[in-house]
Order: sequence, then structure tokens, then C-alpha cells
Amino acid sequence: MSEADRGARGLEARLVVRRGAFDLDLALTAAPGEVVALLGPNGAGKSTALRALAGLVAMAGGHIRVDGDDLRPLPPDRRRIGMVFQDYLLFPHLSALENVAFGPRCQGAGRRAARRRAAEWLERVGLAEFASARPRALSGGQAQRVALARALAVDPGLLLLDEPLAALDVHTRMDVRAALRRHLAGFGGAAVLVTHDPLDAMVLADRIVVIEGGRLVQEGTPAEVARRPRTGYVARLVGLNLYRGRAEAGTVTIEDGTGTVEDGAATLDTVDSLEGEVFLAFAPSAVALYRTRPDGSPRNLWRARVAAIERHGDRARVRLAGPPFDAVAEVTPAAVAELQLSEGSMIWAAVKATETHVYPA
Amino acid sequence: MKDADRLAGRPPLVLLVPALAGLAFLVLPLAGLLVRAPWSTLGTRLMQDQVLDALRLSLVTATLATVLCLLFGVPLAWMLARVPFRGVRLVRALVTVPLVLPPVVGGVALLLVLGRRGLVGGWLDEAFGITFPFTTAGVVLAETFVAMPFLVISVEGALRAADLRYEEAAATLGAGRWTIFHRVTLPLVAPGVAAGAVLCWARALGEFGATITFAGNFPGRTQTMPLAVYLALETDPQAAIVLSLVLLAVAVIVLAALRDRWMTTS
Repeated sequence: MSEADRGARGLEARLVVRRGAFDLDLALTAAPGEVVALLGPNGAGKSTALRALAGLVAMAGGHIRVDGDDLRPLPPDRRRIGMVFQDYLLFPHLSALENVAFGPRCQGAGRRAARRRAAEWLERVGLAEFASARPRALSGGQAQRVALARALAVDPGLLLLDEPLAALDVHTRMDVRAALRRHLAGFGGAAVLVTHDPLDAMVLADRIVVIEGGRLVQEGTPAEVARRPRTGYVARLVGLNLYRGRAEAGTVTIEDGTGTVEDGAATLDTVDSLEGEVFLAFAPSAVALYRTRPDGSPRNLWRARVAAIERHGDRARVRLAGPPFDAVAEVTPAAVAELQLSEGSMIWAAVKATETHVYPA
Repeated sequence: MKDADRLAGRPPLVLLVPALAGLAFLVLPLAGLLVRAPWSTLGTRLMQDQVLDALRLSLVTATLATVLCLLFGVPLAWMLARVPFRGVRLVRALVTVPLVLPPVVGGVALLLVLGRRGLVGGWLDEAFGITFPFTTAGVVLAETFVAMPFLVISVEGALRAADLRYEEAAATLGAGRWTIFHRVTLPLVAPGVAAGAVLCWARALGEFGATITFAGNFPGRTQTMPLAVYLALETDPQAAIVLSLVLLAVAVIVLAALRDRWMTTS
């Protein structure tokens, strides 16, 4: 899809919202049929961006174009946007069917036509037999599907989903996530999804937009974001050690590092031939720990203090504090015992140059 | 929690005695009403024309007053709860004035405004030939005046407690402000509106001071139950007791209707 097409169809927006000390300034696009996930920590402005798209918060500047029409001057009820709220907000006094029929009714459909359309949508999300149920009689997963049907029943040009899976327990979440993915694939318009769960973003989205402090910090396909994180937040989400530094002749000098025991500089050797400003990432499992200085000394070796030891699935995560830099190592619980690791103890850590991954900053 | 239970179980006499005295003070008069009631002649007394007229008039005027309170009070409550305007606190205070104002003062005030020579009443009389004082319509106005605050306060409270995000959800589905109000907001606060209406109706039914001042005491036209009780006390105390019993019964029914809302504090 070319840039020109993108302006005409789907979502093309620049959202500027100011609220006290917080300000959001975000350019956002989504092609028809594309699902874009807004990923970011709490308070990054994800939900504010979504509410601005829906017209529920006033914008200080920018524009929102959906299929070429500027929505910014329109009130929420004239934007033809479907929105799934975090706790669904199904109207408690209406049945599932009436909830779904609400939108079509507001758009001017007759009572019977609206109910017929609502019945079709309930059928499509597999809840035909719950048509007359009140929201409080529905399970979390069912309520989520009714909310999705309600949002889609208005035939929206843009679908917004605010943490659509956050209110569900772990088991329901997996099923609902898979179902949601199917429904999103069947939706022809642009969709924007807000989440703080990287797994939701990876599974549901075609493209991930990471925002921190109201600004875009990284954008790309789930695979790109997972492989090449550009901020500490994303690196933590996808479980990588991430450093920014300068590469020169296969050696990266870490920016915030403060000198090694080895030679007074926080450097890591790599096998990449990049020069200049780079990111360097390696997986926690690539870090080897030694009680005493290993023989044959691998090139990336440093002495570190054990800051914390945490359980992570069937492995143990060892947080290493600098100098020269902080890192996370992943080892087996057996290794923790063998190395007699405890918080505050000093150990040797090593990463093979072939295990590091360097990409331009 | 054992200690706390023991503390709660043995109240000191200093508190227990006045508590029981207070309870007795509240309950004994009602018991007296039941004890002294002319039970044998109750049926025939209730069927007297004057009693039936007063009862009918009371029910009709209290109901009409409640309808007026709903028509004007719900939008007023919505304004107070949802529209941030300058002086909202002042307006809220003004709305609650009739609540603390002696009803007889309310009656005098209504006379000064809507009386035949009042600020608005004079004009209404000249232009349309409409007069309120000493008419059934006057009774309805007097009752509306004293009862409206109950409705406004109850509905405003419900509106403030309602989750605004339902209204946002309705807006994203294409609902305009009026659709949101009558299809989402109103159903969500329906219990608050109902409770307010019941309170309002009960207050209107018991209205005395403003009614007798503004509308007078004409049997069949402005003599409501409380007025009939007052008049009967002079001429036929037994009838006064019977009428009082009817009002007591209504009060008990109202309390029963509201029990889910008020009696379950735990």
C-alpha cells in the first residue's frame, strides 16, 4: 500500500491532547483491514489516544481522517466508530440483543430491522441463544463478545478496542483472544487496539505502535518489535537485555555503562559490522554465570553483583546490577544452588559475541 | 473480633436508658392512635362522604404534584448533576430551601407570587382568568412546592452515582444527547427516580401548612386529609383518629416500598 492510498482509505490521524502536565502527540495510521496495537506502560496515553479517536476527549490539535473524512469536528455520536470498552459497559437494563440493536436503532433503523441485525451479529459471535440474557447473567467472555457485536453492528469505519481482554481471567483469555483474532480478521475497516499486554499485541495486531509519555517510541510488525526493541520498556516486555551505545570495529561502548572491572570501559564485543549509534540486545538465557573467573576467558566478561533472584516459569531470573551495566540472566534453579547465588553476592557474567544482536539506533 | 463483640453486646446504661426512652417517645403516640381508634365504627366512618372526599382529593392532588415534580424535578436534577455552570452550589441551596422552610411560610410566599394580587398571579388573572388560591390547582401547587426538593435531591444523588461511561458508550453507538438521556441515563437511575417519587408523593400527601395557607380549607375542593384531620379534631375527635389511621397506613406502605433502599444499610 502506497502513502497516497493510505491517506484516502482507512485511518490517518494526528492526535494532540493536552491535559495538565500530560500531553499526547501521536501520528497514527491504519489501513483498511489492518489491526494496529497501541502498546505502552500505564499513563503513556494509550487510552487517551483511543478516547480522542472516539471523540470522548477534546483534541488540542491535529486531525482524524477515516476513509478521507475528517472526524475531528464531529461529536462522538456522528463518527460512525465502533468501540469496545475495557469492562464492556453493556447497558445493564437491556438484554444482549437490545444492547447490540442499540447502535442500529440510533442510526435510524426501525425496531424490527435493528433487532434482526442484532440477532445476526449475536449469531456471528456465537451467542444466539443468549439474545434475551441480561448482561449480568453473562460470563466475562460472553460479555466481551456481545460488546464486540455491539460495536460491529453499527458498521463502523473504524473499530476501537480498549484493553478488550484485560477483564478476563487467564483461561478465558486465551479462548477469547483466539476468537477476537478471527473476528478482527473478518472486519474490513481499520482497527486500533489498546493493550499493555505484549502477548495480546503480538497475537492480535498486524502492526505495533509503542507509546511512552505521550510519544511514539517504536513502530513495526510484532516480529520486528519483539526482535529489535528500542526502549527499555519494550525490551522488558519481550524479555531482552537492551543497551544503547556506539559501535566501532565490532565493539559496542555502552552509553550508560560505567567501566568494567576488566578495563575501565563498558564495552561488549559483537559479530556485527555496524558503525555508529546502535542498540545492542541479548536474551537473558545467553548470559552465563560463573562463581570464579572462567578459564579461557570469553571476550564479554564482567563482574557483577546479584541484585535479585526471581522465579520465572521453571527457570530463575537473576538480576545483575552494574557497574558496568544492569542485566538479567536466566539460569536453571539447579545453577542457582550450584553457584550459591544469593542477593548481594559477586559473580562473573559472560555473553558470547555471537549471542548479541546489534541494530541501528 | 471477640473483644469487639463483647464491647458491642453490653451497652452502658447511660446510653441504653435514653435510647429506650427515645424509642418509646417515637412509638407510643402511634400505639395510642391504634389503642384509641374506634375500631367498631371504623368501616362506617371511613365511608362518610367527607372522609371519602378528603381521601380522594388527597390521592389526586398528591399524585398530580408528584407528576409535576417528575416533569420539572428530573431535568432540574440532571442540570445540577451534569451541567457545570457558575453558581451551581447556590442553585442547589435554593432548591433545598423548601425542605427546611416552615411550610406555612411557603404558603405565604406562594400567595405573594401567585395570589390574585400577586406578582405573577395578578397577570395570570387579568390575561387568562386563571387563579390558583383556594382552588384544587392551588393545592397541587402548594404540595409540589414542598415536595419537589425530595425528588431533586434523590435523583441528583442517583445521577451523580451513575457511571458516566455508559453514556460515552451510548454516544459511540450513535446516540444523541436526548437518546442517551431517555434510553440510558434514565433507566440507569430509575431506582433513584422511583424512590424520589415515592418520597415526594408521601410528602405531598402529608402537606398541611402551605396548603391551608395558599389553598384554604374547602371540603371537596381544597380540604385534603391532613386538613380534614385538623378540622375534625375540633368537631369529631373520633373521625380525626380514623383519618389519622389512614395516613399512618399510607406511611407504613411507603416505608415498605422503600425498604430495599433504606432499611438495608448493612
